[in-house]
Amino acid sequence: MISRSSKDKIIRFIFFGIATFSILIISFIFLFLFSRAYPAIEEFGTGLLSNDWSVARREFGLFPALYGSVFVAVGALFVSVPLGLGAAIYLSEIASNRVRMILKPMIELLAGIPSIVYGFIGAILLGRFLYDTYNMRGVNSFFAAMLVLGVMALPIIISLSDDAMKSVPKDMKDASLALGATKWQTIRNVTIPGAISGISSAVIMGMGRAIGETMAVMLIIGSVMRMPVPFFDIFDTGHTLTALIAVQMGESHGIIINVLFTAGVMLFTIVAIMSIISDILQTRTKQKYEGKR
Amino acid sequence: MLAKIREFIKDETKCERIDLPENTKMRVQDFDLWYDDTQALKSVDMDVEEYKVTAIIGPSGCGKSTLIRSLNRMNDTIPSVRTEGKVWLDGYNVYDEVTDCVDIRRKVGMVFQKPNPFPFSIEDNVFYGCEVNGMDMDKEKKVKKCLKDAALWEEVNDRLDENALSLSGGQQQRLCIARALATEPEVILMDEPCSALDPIATAKIEDLIDELKNHYTVVIVTHNMQQAARVSDYTAYMYLGELIEFGDTTQIFENPQENSTEKYITGRFG
Ligand SMILES: Nc1ncnc2c1ncn2[C@@H]1O[C@H](COP(=O)(O)OP(=O)(O)OP(=O)(O)O)[C@@H](O)[C@H]1O
Ligand SMILES: [Mg+2]
Repeated sequence: MISRSSKDKIIRFIFFGIATFSILIISFIFLFLFSRAYPAIEEFGTGLLSNDWSVARREFGLFPALYGSVFVAVGALFVSVPLGLGAAIYLSEIASNRVRMILKPMIELLAGIPSIVYGFIGAILLGRFLYDTYNMRGVNSFFAAMLVLGVMALPIIISLSDDAMKSVPKDMKDASLALGATKWQTIRNVTIPGAISGISSAVIMGMGRAIGETMAVMLIIGSVMRMPVPFFDIFDTGHTLTALIAVQMGESHGIIINVLFTAGVMLFTIVAIMSIISDILQTRTKQKYEGKR
Repeated sequence: MLAKIREFIKDETKCERIDLPENTKMRVQDFDLWYDDTQALKSVDMDVEEYKVTAIIGPSGCGKSTLIRSLNRMNDTIPSVRTEGKVWLDGYNVYDEVTDCVDIRRKVGMVFQKPNPFPFSIEDNVFYGCEVNGMDMDKEKKVKKCLKDAALWEEVNDRLDENALSLSGGQQQRLCIARALATEPEVILMDEPCSALDPIATAKIEDLIDELKNHYTVVIVTHNMQQAARVSDYTAYMYLGELIEFGDTTQIFENPQENSTEKYITGRFG
């Protein structure tokens, strides 16, 4: 017979092991990324952050791709946040149980569609449509990428925001209604503020998906390594860090590979910053609900 | 703006109305309520007298909360609920289709079983009802008055901007009462307001209820028999969704007419 306390110890040890293992793996990935990026950083230094990219002249300024990644992701948010939040409010606060039971799985199913399909639809239908109808300069553009990524991020934003709003205690909503607030006032004053940490992490997850997306973007962004002119021109073509890695990887060798790893480090950093922001927001809200602020 | 539109749509002349006896604030008339297919209230009739405390007692699950929530249409928030019958407030039918729940809830305030302050500051909690109802008034004065009326002012006047969730349970419940008073209701519903509180906090709330009945009509659900006897003027005894007996509190406790009532109040139930 194993005593209860030693059983407890064993279980704790197992979980400690699993946790340590996952942290180790992640650290190794980062170490590996960084060590492979290092030669490029050593050789080009801040040149990696410049605007000039030319393999022939051995200039590897990654800024256009870095900018493109952030630009596309932010643009996608303009599509996915209003739509996603609206849909989530409908699902959690307005739709009847029956409608919700049908819609929610359907929306979650959308998240499972392979990204290449979105990209394909974007390239063939959307790009062509924009080109034919509005005489846009080309089939590819930031705009098309933003739309496609915005739609791709929708399911995750809807689903997580809906969960967050559903988990605001009914007590709170009832308290507001009982004071004579309308349904909409209650949503605005109680439900959304109560769910704000969940909603922000939903948005950040959506943004993470947009920044990390590769295939769909590759098909519609144009893959041109230069800044849009002017820098906010959403109808220009450009590049992103992910698309750059995917496009260049096959035909590159030597130092270029190291440059691509630097692009990887940049991606990693962006995502890490976003998850830290999300964490801070979560803690803040939690403190608020525990009455510490 | 919204309030204006609401006034515009709401046509009081269209609302069904009757004349209630002079001192009758609310009347429940032949009222049935179902959750899906299970009937939780069966043909309930009850009068609520103005400036008095009416207590609703009965064993767990008999429909006390359901009944009290019917008085300000809070059951509307539960999709499976269906009702039949009428509830009158000042002679107007609360369940008429032209009646706006928002108006009803402003006139008939509610305090819940579990203290449920918003995670806002103390003063924002108190002022919330005024804010959403577009009542234009001096916030500072209003907050002070309501907190005083709820016997909480002395304890919190130096920290009105602190988060309401940092208060103790009893203080939170009195804050919820202050919050309900802010919209200047005429009736206050309390669903087991003391069940989460210790005896001292409970005594405070009971004293408060005694005060409140000078200006408000109070309906309280309680499963504490002594509490009902202490604070109420009238008592309704419910069992399995039916209102078994209703009358003067002294009469109900000293001379119950129904067997079931007697069994319940003497604790020989079941
Ligand atoms: N949201 C709901 N959906 C379905 N049935 C419900 C719901 N709320 C209450 N009921 C049922 O209605 C009946 C009355 O419930 P109610 O909450 O009014 O009882 P109560 O007298 O307040 O009990 P307690 O003293 O335990 O609070 C119970 O049988 C309960 O199961
Ligand atoms: Mg109850």
